[in-house]
Amino acid sequence: MTETAQQMTSAKKIGDVVLAVDNISLSFGGVRALSDISFQVREHQVLSIIGPNGAGKSSLLNVINGFYHPQEGTITYRGVTRKQMKPHQAARQGIARTFQNIALFKGMSTLDNIMTGRNTIMTRNVLWQALRVGPALQEELAHRHRVEEIIDFLEIEHIRKTPVGKLPYGLQKRVELGRALAAEPSMLLLDEPMAGMNVEEKQDMSRFVLDVNSEFGTTIVLIEHDMGVVMDISDYVVVLDYGRKIGDGLPDEVRSNQDVIDAYLGVSHD
Amino acid sequence: MLYRETGQFKTSYQADQAIFPIAQDRWFIFGIIAIAVFVVPFLIDDYGANAVLLPFLVYAMAAIGLNILTGYCGQLSLGTGGFMAVGAYSTYKLFTAFPDLNLIVIVILSGLITAAVGVLFGLPSLRIKGFYLAVATLASQFFLVWMFNKFGWFYNYNMTGMINMPASTMFGLQLTGPGAHPAVRYLFCLGFVLVFALVAKNIVRGRLGREWMAIRDMDIAAEIIGIRPLYAKLSAFAVSSFYVGMAGALYFGIWLSSAEPVEAFDINQSFLVLFMIIIGGLGSIMGSFLGAAFIVLMPLVLKNFMVDGLDIAVVTAKHVEIITMGMLIIFFLIVEPHGLARLWTIAKEKLRLWPFPH
Ligand SMILES: Nc1ncnc2c1ncn2[C@@H]1O[C@H](COP(=O)(O)OP(=O)(O)OP(=O)(O)O)[C@@H](O)[C@H]1O
Ligand SMILES: [Mg+2]
Repeated sequence: MTETAQQMTSAKKIGDVVLAVDNISLSFGGVRALSDISFQVREHQVLSIIGPNGAGKSSLLNVINGFYHPQEGTITYRGVTRKQMKPHQAARQGIARTFQNIALFKGMSTLDNIMTGRNTIMTRNVLWQALRVGPALQEELAHRHRVEEIIDFLEIEHIRKTPVGKLPYGLQKRVELGRALAAEPSMLLLDEPMAGMNVEEKQDMSRFVLDVNSEFGTTIVLIEHDMGVVMDISDYVVVLDYGRKIGDGLPDEVRSNQDVIDAYLGVSHD
Repeated sequence: MLYRETGQFKTSYQADQAIFPIAQDRWFIFGIIAIAVFVVPFLIDDYGANAVLLPFLVYAMAAIGLNILTGYCGQLSLGTGGFMAVGAYSTYKLFTAFPDLNLIVIVILSGLITAAVGVLFGLPSLRIKGFYLAVATLASQFFLVWMFNKFGWFYNYNMTGMINMPASTMFGLQLTGPGAHPAVRYLFCLGFVLVFALVAKNIVRGRLGREWMAIRDMDIAAEIIGIRPLYAKLSAFAVSSFYVGMAGALYFGIWLSSAEPVEAFDINQSFLVLFMIIIGGLGSIMGSFLGAAFIVLMPLVLKNFMVDGLDIAVVTAKHVEIITMGMLIIFFLIVEPHGLARLWTIAKEKLRLWPFPH
């Protein structure tokens, strides 16, 4: 897998900066979750955020998609700088995400969960939906068609009609990725997409992530603990520890950075 | 013919998304509708209409409404009785003010007025959830009933404080008031229920329905994929109240013909409709019908069986009825929250595999 990953990385074109995180600080009461974090994400990049438990990785994603509001600093996405924004506004700007603790709609089928991801791009009003004829039916079917493509891509045809609450963990993670992809996002935030998976499942998931990145050109920011995976699939790595950025760079640079080894790699490999 | 989907290949997404994808189901439902439309009107009498069929249709409509809000969008409401009153009083005021207006138009307008009131009382749902929201809707229940009782304008200042539906005709047949033929009243309600059940089914399997269910299952995740909670919740209140308002209009205008707010629209109505969707199935249009049928029929069957069959005193029979209802609700809440509709699906699954269960 290492080889294919590198081929893809070398073949693809990394573009301009699309997301700039500038001097973000966030605290909850007395707990300082993020201190003065800055970094940039470029178009078509796969950027990994790593760091020990409680380092502030998830909080950082939450800041990017408008779920947490930082006390200081700004987020600039595609030229638009914002201080405060609601999550649904971020979604409409093209930022989709998955969660560390799966956040699917448990009572709905796989198909409906992924269809829900397309809600922001469906336009027919409630009267049309009530009649479900003509343009409204066409719209529903056209979106169903796109969703089926995503279902094929993620190889989950067999669980199309199953309520997601009944699915095993690994498949739920895939459905959640499918729901995020359904919105046709320009940036995808993935919070530990491979946590709790076995090697085979991790390989599948890595393949999906790289395929999304190369086929649709989606920019990807992901959090991952598995160093092998991170070094394999990332174009760039940002390292957090205790809410601070202690290093960033290409995977190889990060691997040899002494601070990082001390703070993170050292801890987990000793 | 065996109950099988074998050989019924779905070659388009449209066929796959049909309401009843299996042909045998489709024929079964069409059969029931055909009997309801073409056979029942010839058999119906006043007792059948007033004790069974009109209650069933009116409550089915109300249950669809509450199911949209509670079953699909997850917002518990105890204000159904109050919103039915809004529909009923709207019908009364509209009809006495514009006697020439077609009753179909009046019922729909009553639904729309109730939808507006529903949105107003739904505003707290943006801040509060679950139990607290239920208490807020309970307050709206008491407020609305109090209001209709208190201000004479709503009942045209008549001495009794009651509202009475004047006589009217539709296509030359008497529809409301004393002496209206039960078949005409029944068909009018049936038409409304059939059309709007289909509309409800379309809405819940479309974009709006998925937004509601997303809010119900996990509102934070819903917001993160771009659903606006404000819009989703208020639209659920609006559509739900539209149905409950129309149910109130039919309840007063066609079924009862006269009503007085304290009794006809009290909190018991709210609970009754809530029990229907719990027993019938939360988040199911079919379940709304099953629940309404069950709750309308159960007392009649029990009474027939116990009072007429076993000679048990009426009071005792009534107690048994209440106890049965309570036990059933606990059973469904704990064991099968998707109610009769789910049991029905399970039965069909079994039937599909019959006679070889594996
Ligand atoms: N909503 C919140 N309220 C209070 N404290 C929070 C909240 N979210 C995060 N924190 C705190 O912020 C810090 C960073 O948490 P965060 O979840 O971002 O870490 P993480 O790097 O994602 O860790 P993990 O690898 O365990 O997922 C922790 O100390 C956590 O307790
Ligand atoms: Mg985390």
